[in-house]
Amino acid sequence: MDSTAHNFKKNAAGALNDAQLQRALAHVPRGFVKKRADAADALPEFERLRDQGRDIKNHVLEHLDIYLEAFEEKVVEAGGYVHWATTAEEARNLVVRLCLDREAETVTKGKSMISEEIGLNAGLEKVGIEPVETDLGEYIIQLRGETPSHLIAPAVHLNKDQIEADFRRVHTELPEERNLHEPASLVHEAREILRDKYLDADVGITGANFLIAETGTSVIVTNEGNGDLTQILPKTHIVIASIEKVVPTLEDASTFVRLLARSATGQEISNYTTFSTGPKRRGDPDGPNEYHVVLLDNGRSSMLGTEFQDMLRCIRCGACLNHCPVYQAVGGHAYGWVYSGPMGSVLTPNLIGVDEAGHLPNASTFCGRCEEVCPMRIPLPRMMRNWREREFEKHLTPFTIRRGLGVWAWFAQRPKLYQRVTALASRLLKWRAGSKGRMKNVPLADGWVKYRDLPAPQGKTFQQMWKERGNV
Amino acid sequence: MSESKIKVGLFVTCLVDIFRPSVGFAAVKLLEDAGCTVEVPEMQTCCGQPAYNTGDRKTSKEIAEKTIRAFEPYEYVVAPSGSCAGMLKKHYPTLFGEGTGVQSRAIALADKTHELVSFLTDVLEVKGVDAQFGRCVTYHDSCSGLRELKVHKQPRKLLSSVAGLELREMSDANVCCGFGGTFCVKYPDISNDMLTKKMANIEASGADVLLAGDLGCLMNMAGKLKRDGSKIEVRHVAEVLAGETLLPSIGEGED
Ligand code: SF4
Repeated sequence: MDSTAHNFKKNAAGALNDAQLQRALAHVPRGFVKKRADAADALPEFERLRDQGRDIKNHVLEHLDIYLEAFEEKVVEAGGYVHWATTAEEARNLVVRLCLDREAETVTKGKSMISEEIGLNAGLEKVGIEPVETDLGEYIIQLRGETPSHLIAPAVHLNKDQIEADFRRVHTELPEERNLHEPASLVHEAREILRDKYLDADVGITGANFLIAETGTSVIVTNEGNGDLTQILPKTHIVIASIEKVVPTLEDASTFVRLLARSATGQEISNYTTFSTGPKRRGDPDGPNEYHVVLLDNGRSSMLGTEFQDMLRCIRCGACLNHCPVYQAVGGHAYGWVYSGPMGSVLTPNLIGVDEAGHLPNASTFCGRCEEVCPMRIPLPRMMRNWREREFEKHLTPFTIRRGLGVWAWFAQRPKLYQRVTALASRLLKWRAGSKGRMKNVPLADGWVKYRDLPAPQGKTFQQMWKERGNV
Repeated sequence: MSESKIKVGLFVTCLVDIFRPSVGFAAVKLLEDAGCTVEVPEMQTCCGQPAYNTGDRKTSKEIAEKTIRAFEPYEYVVAPSGSCAGMLKKHYPTLFGEGTGVQSRAIALADKTHELVSFLTDVLEVKGVDAQFGRCVTYHDSCSGLRELKVHKQPRKLLSSVAGLELREMSDANVCCGFGGTFCVKYPDISNDMLTKKMANIEASGADVLLAGDLGCLMNMAGKLKRDGSKIEVRHVAEVLAGETLLPSIGEGED
């Protein structure tokens, strides 16, 4: 997927002025936040589960090679294949090749962020294969030629009337006078259309929420059951997953399942949690004849051992997006690439470079809400700061900011001089404000006064007054 | 008696020093009323967050070292700001190499540093204050104080002891106001969106005074309220707790 992350500021301004989008985004804090809080409160061991989840992932990341090899061995034992891809392009070509070799015309797809990361749909279309998204949200944005704007709610940026208009535009074979006002009628219509696609598909592609090393199993978690039909009905099932998805045991997977649903939607467990191990065995009533897993690295292994390793604990629950006031303000597309919100602000520069995505870790107030709710206790603000440090070292920080900071820092390290300058500044600003107590215009403070007045100082600094009172 | 008093070094914070010394004096009064002697080391400037949050680690360290030295003589260090206290308490120790001498000094500073209101309630075990304020107030939880230092109940507890004061909680009191230090000037449009949502919650609370424990957030919110012509007064919580509410509120003049 092409990135517009470098355009974050412009993207954000556009998003803020988009009334339709702002209406849709208003649902994010109202829905997800309370549900998560209630679910967390209702489970006495929730905080302990978070510690456990963090520890399991930390352990895996220290021994990633071992667990990945163990996973591969078990997949092969179960009659499946594992393919390793270093880059997005490699992964895309691999999947496209697998589909072409099976003379696939239609491919159904469960929800997968890795698919977005490797630009799979475009790759398939290029060789004449029709990819059909079966997750309702993904289906909607596919109709619109858009990308997901949220990890678990890809169409959260849309309102119902927009979706209705899209269905009417695309589903021309259906009677025009049909009633599509209720959300349920939209769901029903999409189901009807997708039903045939499931049966037509030659290959089913899904992501994986977890890969279990102990058993060679891939796990998907959905609420619509679309993933199951996608992976069971076609002859071939291809799983695309990034390498950090591996967990040691079934028992561990259950820890994550408990954390994931609560953090994501506030459910105790998602409607469907599906475990796939290898292709159909003799005696199985259904299942694919072939089972492939494509394991994508795409820069992740180079995060190991760096200050960004903790990011690889992420289970893509979306809680950090839901709670982020910046995400709530601009939505996911403004971030310009696959991942958005706080997790995107840390991950994206790792995957596509900080030169391209340097804005993202800067566009945060460090309010810390993301870390507070992250089930994996990922220190997101700390890592955003790490990116700022790298940018500062690489001289990517804008010159005006560097210079301003330099002048300020020079004074801040010379307290005597600093106090004379601050005393002067306090007096001048007070004088400038006059009797009003605030200013509408202040030189060098455009960003501030664009939307707010600058409250005036009281006229003397604390240090001055403290001395005047006879203190030393 | 005075020998047995607790010796506190006041970390004034750069914003209070320049913009609102009255908050510093309110802090001094609260600390003295609670039995402390307060000193204000002259060698302090700013905690270094502007550098730290811009990614300038070298400058952050240099400023931190100066602050560490300036406050070494004190039993406790108290700041009328969750954000600056959080910087000293949670971030200074991470600036220096594990096990170095300067890191152990940073940790020593961290251990004795507190945000003003939580110091009063949690360390000095102050149960109430001798102040009066017959107004209806709402309280905004600034992010660093709330999440890094767990300051939430403490200001509410002391405010409940102020005679005549009524506290009306706003919704989303714990959501960022959009200040974020340099964030608000680097991304003014996004900051404004956050600020606008905060304003709506403040107004909807029905309170006529807005309080918080961090001057950065307060200036941000006061600047917006005043730009929009709101009559809501904005003050640092320390001013109300100290009963020092005669000076014009933040962003208001003498007339
Ligand atoms: S960073 Fe944490 S909160 Fe955000 S998506 Fe990943 S696991 Fe969820």
